Amino acid sequence: MSPLLATRGLTAFYGDFQALFGIDFEIHAGEAVAIIGANGAGKSTFLKTVSGLLAAAPERIVFDGRPIGGMPAAAIVRHGIAMVPEGRRLFPSLSAEENLLIGSYAKRNGPWSLARVYELFPALREVRALPGNALSGGQQQMVAIGRALLSNPRLLICDEISLGLSPLVVTTLYGTLPAMMREGLTVIVVEQDVGIAQRTTNRLYCFQEGRVSLQGRSSELARAAISTAYFGSGVAP
Amino acid sequence: MIGWIDTVLQGLLLGGLYALFAVGLSLMFGVMRLVNIAHGDFIVLAAFLAIGIALGVPAGPALLLAMVLPVMIAAGYGLQRGVLNRTLGKDILPPLLVTFGLSIIVQNVLLEAFSADSRGLSAGGLETQSLRIAGDLAIGWLPLITLLVALGLTFALEWLFGRTTLGRAFRATSDDPEAAGLQGIDHRHVYALATAIAFGVITVAGVFLALRTTVSPSDGPGYLLYAFEAVIIGGLGSFWGTFAGALVLGVAQAIGFRLDPGWGILVGHLVFLAVLLVRPQGLFPRTRD
Amino acid sequence: MADAVVVHRATRASRIAGVVAVVVVLVLASFPAWADPSTLRLFVEFACLLALAQMWNLLAGYGGLVSVGQQGYLGVGGYALVAAADLGGLNPFVCVPLAGAVAALVAVPTSKVVFRLQGGYFAIGTWVVAESLRLVASNTAAVGGGTGTSLISIREFPKAMRESVTFWIALAVAVGAVAALYWLLRSRHGLALTAIRDSERAAASQGVDIAATKFWVYVIAAFGCGVVGALYFLVNLRISPDAAFGVSWTAFVIFIVVIGGIGTIEGPIVGTLLFFVLRETLADFGTWYLIVLGLVAVVVMVRFPRGLWGYVAERFDLHLFPVRRRLTADGG
Repeated sequence: MSPLLATRGLTAFYGDFQALFGIDFEIHAGEAVAIIGANGAGKSTFLKTVSGLLAAAPERIVFDGRPIGGMPAAAIVRHGIAMVPEGRRLFPSLSAEENLLIGSYAKRNGPWSLARVYELFPALREVRALPGNALSGGQQQMVAIGRALLSNPRLLICDEISLGLSPLVVTTLYGTLPAMMREGLTVIVVEQDVGIAQRTTNRLYCFQEGRVSLQGRSSELARAAISTAYFGSGVAP
Repeated sequence: MIGWIDTVLQGLLLGGLYALFAVGLSLMFGVMRLVNIAHGDFIVLAAFLAIGIALGVPAGPALLLAMVLPVMIAAGYGLQRGVLNRTLGKDILPPLLVTFGLSIIVQNVLLEAFSADSRGLSAGGLETQSLRIAGDLAIGWLPLITLLVALGLTFALEWLFGRTTLGRAFRATSDDPEAAGLQGIDHRHVYALATAIAFGVITVAGVFLALRTTVSPSDGPGYLLYAFEAVIIGGLGSFWGTFAGALVLGVAQAIGFRLDPGWGILVGHLVFLAVLLVRPQGLFPRTRD
Repeated sequence: MADAVVVHRATRASRIAGVVAVVVVLVLASFPAWADPSTLRLFVEFACLLALAQMWNLLAGYGGLVSVGQQGYLGVGGYALVAAADLGGLNPFVCVPLAGAVAALVAVPTSKVVFRLQGGYFAIGTWVVAESLRLVASNTAAVGGGTGTSLISIREFPKAMRESVTFWIALAVAVGAVAALYWLLRSRHGLALTAIRDSERAAASQGVDIAATKFWVYVIAAFGCGVVGALYFLVNLRISPDAAFGVSWTAFVIFIVVIGGIGTIEGPIVGTLLFFVLRETLADFGTWYLIVLGLVAVVVMVRFPRGLWGYVAERFDLHLFPVRRRLTADGG
């Protein structure tokens, strides 16, 4: 079975500065894959190229058999990739509910509706009318995820959703992952928290200075191996 | 006393026209932070398009409006998509210089086509008819209709922004164009739609302007200043605020004219500068964190 | 042992340009002896626009302030000249720097108001101020109201002397504007300005007083524009609100800036030269000349946001008035 999303030798640049040096990555439908790595390892850059925020050569990123490298973000959403961006990036001029609704702008068909999102995140019902940035960190993250779900994607990318949140909230959020995936969603999770990344995914990639330094089944990778791959030079765990 | 009430009344009606000028400017700034220096010149352009057609074709103002609207709306979409989108970014200079260049082009093209004479449109007698309210007070029908149209357009734009999918897209794109892209919103198209709508409002403003007074090709910058003052006096972020600001400006100018004909416009400027000094966020700002 | 790092200011191109500049100024200084009056007048106009362009450069290129209302200070300068010379009885030539001072004084309270605005709104706000000043002049009978008046007191001086002195003042203004900008930007104030232009927040965190810097930039630019205003009407003699406060001054400067780019010192010089070439060749075509100017502005700005000269300078690494400091390892 061919992968849902695959990158081959993906490179990326910010002006003259090279951030990715040939990333080989793949994820199959129904999988949950984690990408871990230190700050500056290239995780966010990788997500930007996949989601269309950063230029890439067309054939380097193939989604569902179609080369999508370099396609503008709005077009990529219409093809079925949705990203929950780092820092949530809710729209302050929109209420929480409007933030959710804007997620369905791309008008894709699928199981997700406003009602289903409120079932997944009941806490949002009380704050639906508040402006996007008046919510707590955890609520904002729920809105950001819900907003991405409402575009009915085939592939959902979550960029550092645990950032700035308490462990309890993070556990709650990741607890909804199985429910999402039951609807046929494939998920890429970028995480700083290695523990939760391992626990909630099937496979795992570790990035280090723009390259893949380790990959394997999440349950089989040892802490020592991950530390080495994470930091790059045998730093004691 | 009656004289002063009449002055305020006339000022409010003048404000109706200024609201038509201002609301389009407010729209473009609200969605894409673009200050179009050629705004007033496009109002004059719309007026002259109507005037030009009227020279050859016997048509009433409503029909002229219907004919000029599609042209201007298409021109607005094309201008934003083809030219102005390329100037948007962190640097504030390119959009200002480009729209300034457009201002020069529009003024001089009109000058070539129509000469420097001022011309107007006929409303078939409506210009002189008025509605008697009380005693000696009377309101002209045309200014009243202008005010009502401005009211209607303001209401329509507030509704568009607050209650429709497109309006949500406008607000989201204005907040964060990149994040909006992640929701499937093509900001180039959305910006062009905003300008297209703004040009629609500009066209209405131009036609009502030409009905009310004569227009000459170099009048544009003056109207830009009035539109701008109305937006600032009213406060950023709200069409109702802009509408209110326009009324305040109209009344200020009317009072100024009554004091001394040479001071009319200056009083408007001074009120604007005073608001800026004392209450820079405007009289009715929409607080947005 | 690490190599010592050397800070270089000049480039080879700039040294050549420096020599050429000195020669040009010396030759120009001799003009009143042999050039005909119309050439002298042309140079005065050139000097006016060049100085205006440098003031705009200072404001927008280094202060991050885009003003569409500098004609307000030009008008104040012109009217200050007429008032001080004709009504006040002062020597008209002395009134030139005085006019600048008056304009600077007007800028002080004005800055308090217009600085409430940002970006494009700041630009139009300055235009409102200029228009307000125009209307005040139009309503002041003592200086001729809407129709304007003439500078009379200058007639006391013999024609040849008048033309020479005015020319030398113009030369001083042109050289002064360029030199002042060059000196300012090479100093630590210039570093502060460039820092503000690049990133206000970062600059503030380094201890740069943003508000004070912007204020001084605005006031200095007003002074420069006031001087230009006085100089212009010293030559043109007839002043009116439309001529003094017309936005066409800004239109021409904008064109110069589009061609020359801002943020460099030679940019406005190149822009002004090109503007005059265009003006002399297209002068007969009236409105078409302005349409061409507008089209050039639009097309160039879309394609070359740093101006034509800015593009050339980047492309060929050509810096004639270097204000940047290059760092090289010792021996470079």
